[in-house]
Amino acid sequence: MSSTVAGPERGLSRRAVEATVAAFLILLALLALWDSYGRGAGWDNGPENGFFPARVAWLFLGASVLVLVNSVRQPDQLLVTWKQLGLVARVLGPLVAFVAMIDHLGIYVSSAVFIVLFMVVVGASRWWSILLTAAIVPVVCFLIFETQFGVPLPKGPVEALLGY
Amino acid sequence: MEELQSLMGGFQVALSWHNVAFMVIGVLLGIVVGVLPGLGGPNGVAILLPLTFGMDPTSAIILLSSIYWGALFGGAITAVLFNIPGEAWSVATTFDGYPMAVKGRAGEALTAAFTASFIGAVSGVVLITFVAPLIAEFALRFGPAEFFAVFLLTFCSFIGMGKDNKAKIVIALCLGFLLAAVGLDTISGDLRMTFDVTELMRGFDFLVVVIGLFGVSEIMLSVEEGLQFKGSKAAIDLRVVLRTWASLPRYWATLVRSAVVGMWMGVTPGGAIAASFMGYGLAKRFSRNSANLGQGEIEGVLAPETAAHAAGTSALLPMLALGIPGSATAAVLLGGLMIWGLQPGPMLFVEQKDFVWGLIASMYLGNFAGLVIVLATVPLFAAIMRIPFSIVAPIILIVCAIGAYTVSNSTFDIWLMLVFGVVGYVFKKLDYPLAPLVLAIVLGDRAEDAIRSALIGSVGDLGVFFSNGLVSTLMVLSLVLLLWGPLSSLLASLRDGLGGSRTPRSAP
Amino acid sequence: MTPRLGIALTALLASASAAHAWEPTKAIEIVVPFSAGGASDQMARTIQGIIQKNGLVSQPIVIVNKPAAAGGEAMLDIKASPGDAHKLITTSSGIFMTPMTSKLPVTWKDFTPVAMLAQDAFGLWVNGASPHKTAGDFVTAAKSANPPLKVGGTGAKREDQLLSIAMEKTAGIKLSYIPHQGGGAASVQLAGKHLEATTNNPAEEFANWRSGSTRPLCVFSEKRMTYGDPVAGDQSWADIPTCREQGLDVSYQMLRGMFMPGKVTAEQQAFYVNLFKRVSETADWKEYLARNALVADFRAGEPFVEFLKADEKKHEALLSEAGFLVAK
Repeated sequence: MSSTVAGPERGLSRRAVEATVAAFLILLALLALWDSYGRGAGWDNGPENGFFPARVAWLFLGASVLVLVNSVRQPDQLLVTWKQLGLVARVLGPLVAFVAMIDHLGIYVSSAVFIVLFMVVVGASRWWSILLTAAIVPVVCFLIFETQFGVPLPKGPVEALLGY
Repeated sequence: MEELQSLMGGFQVALSWHNVAFMVIGVLLGIVVGVLPGLGGPNGVAILLPLTFGMDPTSAIILLSSIYWGALFGGAITAVLFNIPGEAWSVATTFDGYPMAVKGRAGEALTAAFTASFIGAVSGVVLITFVAPLIAEFALRFGPAEFFAVFLLTFCSFIGMGKDNKAKIVIALCLGFLLAAVGLDTISGDLRMTFDVTELMRGFDFLVVVIGLFGVSEIMLSVEEGLQFKGSKAAIDLRVVLRTWASLPRYWATLVRSAVVGMWMGVTPGGAIAASFMGYGLAKRFSRNSANLGQGEIEGVLAPETAAHAAGTSALLPMLALGIPGSATAAVLLGGLMIWGLQPGPMLFVEQKDFVWGLIASMYLGNFAGLVIVLATVPLFAAIMRIPFSIVAPIILIVCAIGAYTVSNSTFDIWLMLVFGVVGYVFKKLDYPLAPLVLAIVLGDRAEDAIRSALIGSVGDLGVFFSNGLVSTLMVLSLVLLLWGPLSSLLASLRDGLGGSRTPRSAP
Repeated sequence: MTPRLGIALTALLASASAAHAWEPTKAIEIVVPFSAGGASDQMARTIQGIIQKNGLVSQPIVIVNKPAAAGGEAMLDIKASPGDAHKLITTSSGIFMTPMTSKLPVTWKDFTPVAMLAQDAFGLWVNGASPHKTAGDFVTAAKSANPPLKVGGTGAKREDQLLSIAMEKTAGIKLSYIPHQGGGAASVQLAGKHLEATTNNPAEEFANWRSGSTRPLCVFSEKRMTYGDPVAGDQSWADIPTCREQGLDVSYQMLRGMFMPGKVTAEQQAFYVNLFKRVSETADWKEYLARNALVADFRAGEPFVEFLKADEKKHEALLSEAGFLVAK
């Protein structure tokens, strides 16, 4: 977490990220081309169903290659410092855990866990405010969606135990 | 003025005390429904539909349409405060609304959005009141070629502007088109680009993509600067409303232009989504301070909101007059009409005069009630920005997840939202523009369906896009708009500061 | 399949208490595999209205539209919720055709059939100002038309396109079939003269027929419809001749029914059979049938399954003839 004292801040290079993203986009374009030509991208009394996706994918491929070439030619810059990336990870980590939990625990329990996780990781909250938020938010969500508006959300073993 | 008389009759019906009560209740419920992305307009109306079965049809439609107005107003709230557009037509509102909130001007942005919605909606209602039959006829002139021309016009009014890297604009547009193409192709009845993955079959729902691209990625961006929200110093008193209103007359050109574009797009079945993008695109092109648009200009909030609501309201006309629902909410209302024993369609205006005019009167009153109520809540919503980040951020993310899930009851969509959140973060860091991507996702497959339907009908003859006055005009306008940027800079350099600003007319 | 149905039927017939042994405990979700505003959607919403107006169920009914992949998404959704007795799906012939024309791993045998509520007719519709008076006129015009006449319908590789192909084969003509998102959209395109004809269901053209924007030439059924009340001017549904009468020998009708997910109990199935039986007996339902010119045909249990088996064979033959069948 400590930033370097001397010299410029260190982090991810823009060139590296730009090139990686462009390479990934090129891959997507090739995938789309493969699929479109597989289904037929010609003109048969009007365009076939791969006609437009194929044309769009060629354009997409061209632009992506251009971006890739440019990224290598341009002088490198700092895109994001390790410190910033660390902060982002502290939000993203709990979020990924939250989404992974939904399938098993249902959205309400996961939300409570997520709030605790998030607030602890981010810090700057007293323990009672953490517990209070973690308790109130899922209950309010439940009351609004499940009981008032009848919108079914994913539920897990705990809700089943309570008879929902 | 037969219309005025009928309208007065309508007001008498709508102004009975219990109808006014229904209106207020409806608007309040609608705001709640609009703020929570998991519910949304169509869901909210559908859920409350059963309540109205015992009521007389006029009261019932007043209640339900007020929910609709409330939801429309409510949709702007999350767009401005958290960069999360609850509905497709709120996307363009985020472009300037959210930057305003970040600068601590959330109250102004909300006031502008609400007022613009009101102006747009009322323009739409005026249109319905006085020229309904003419317009219904006009809507019938739109075949597939004309549909395509309208979509092309939307793209052209929006693209080709801005200082973004050209290659990246192209990438964003193409990616949007390709994402829109995933799933079932209406014209051939085949699945495209699903690679036999069941979840991809339903394609990428716009709402899931947008919640990720805009909402989730925005939270990731804002934590880079430290774990807090920007813009926490939003003014939270009602004076901000008056101050904002005082500045509005300056933007009359934008308001009029957007209202006209909106009404036109609502009637020609281009719809509110296309209208909001076109309204914003035209403002960006023709506004005097267009360079600042996108960085938190009030004009950038006024333009799309006015256009979207003018279109959304005018679009109720085809629903009533032709029986085609212009939106999901309109479709649910349509179901309601039939359950109450009313058959929408051309005969409704003839056979159910009381009902139709009561509804039209309630559009005026419901929007007015809505405006008063939402304005009163501006301080409340601006105050949300003051709640500590560590509490609000997880709540926003949870609400995002719920919203993504409810689109098609699938947890896969929550993962998708997460992926698009990361994509949005990376794209914003690398200066890929997100707006063209979203526009292409929303309108891409509809534009493709239209062009292919037109070509099937003409057996591949491209002349169909210039076969009559209407479609030719639209196509030429599109090309003019596409070339407007290069052309106007050329003209400017020719005239070399001789001055003379023209305000170009939007489409007739 | 059959034993479970047998049990359900005996449970239903044997005792009322058995039929009431199971009650829904939360909102019932009716999944509509087509978009809002279409014929399937209208039927679901009418049923919703009837059930709630008459208090037939204590729990609310929620309509969920899942139009993706020609209803394939909805079918997979039902397949993925075995044993969920709070879910229903409205069905049309799509229940055979969507799996047959795609690689989707689903068939109606994954579901529990509840009841067939009606059959839907198809008509050949033209613009109100069209010169064609009979199906014969239309065929004559189609023979000399270049480019081919444009015929609109819902979706591709589905009933409307099959009808268009059947017309081409029977009459030896060439048509341009143009798929739309729904029958309503096709009807508006016809009213705007962007199409020469549609093969819409009566419900989809009803409003435009009444206003004179569109007009039926004939109906693709074995015999004429029975509703004699005037609809448009002095014309009634029963006045529309069959296409066969007019020398265009094509006939096709489509089932409209309700299914549940697989693996539900016999009591749960019996509850819904009983529910829809009661719905089908209400005056509102009869009025709905008349308004949409649906052919009243309530079937549950064994007769429904028999019908499904025969109908599946018929569609398999039709699709294979049109070259739409996908090898799995």
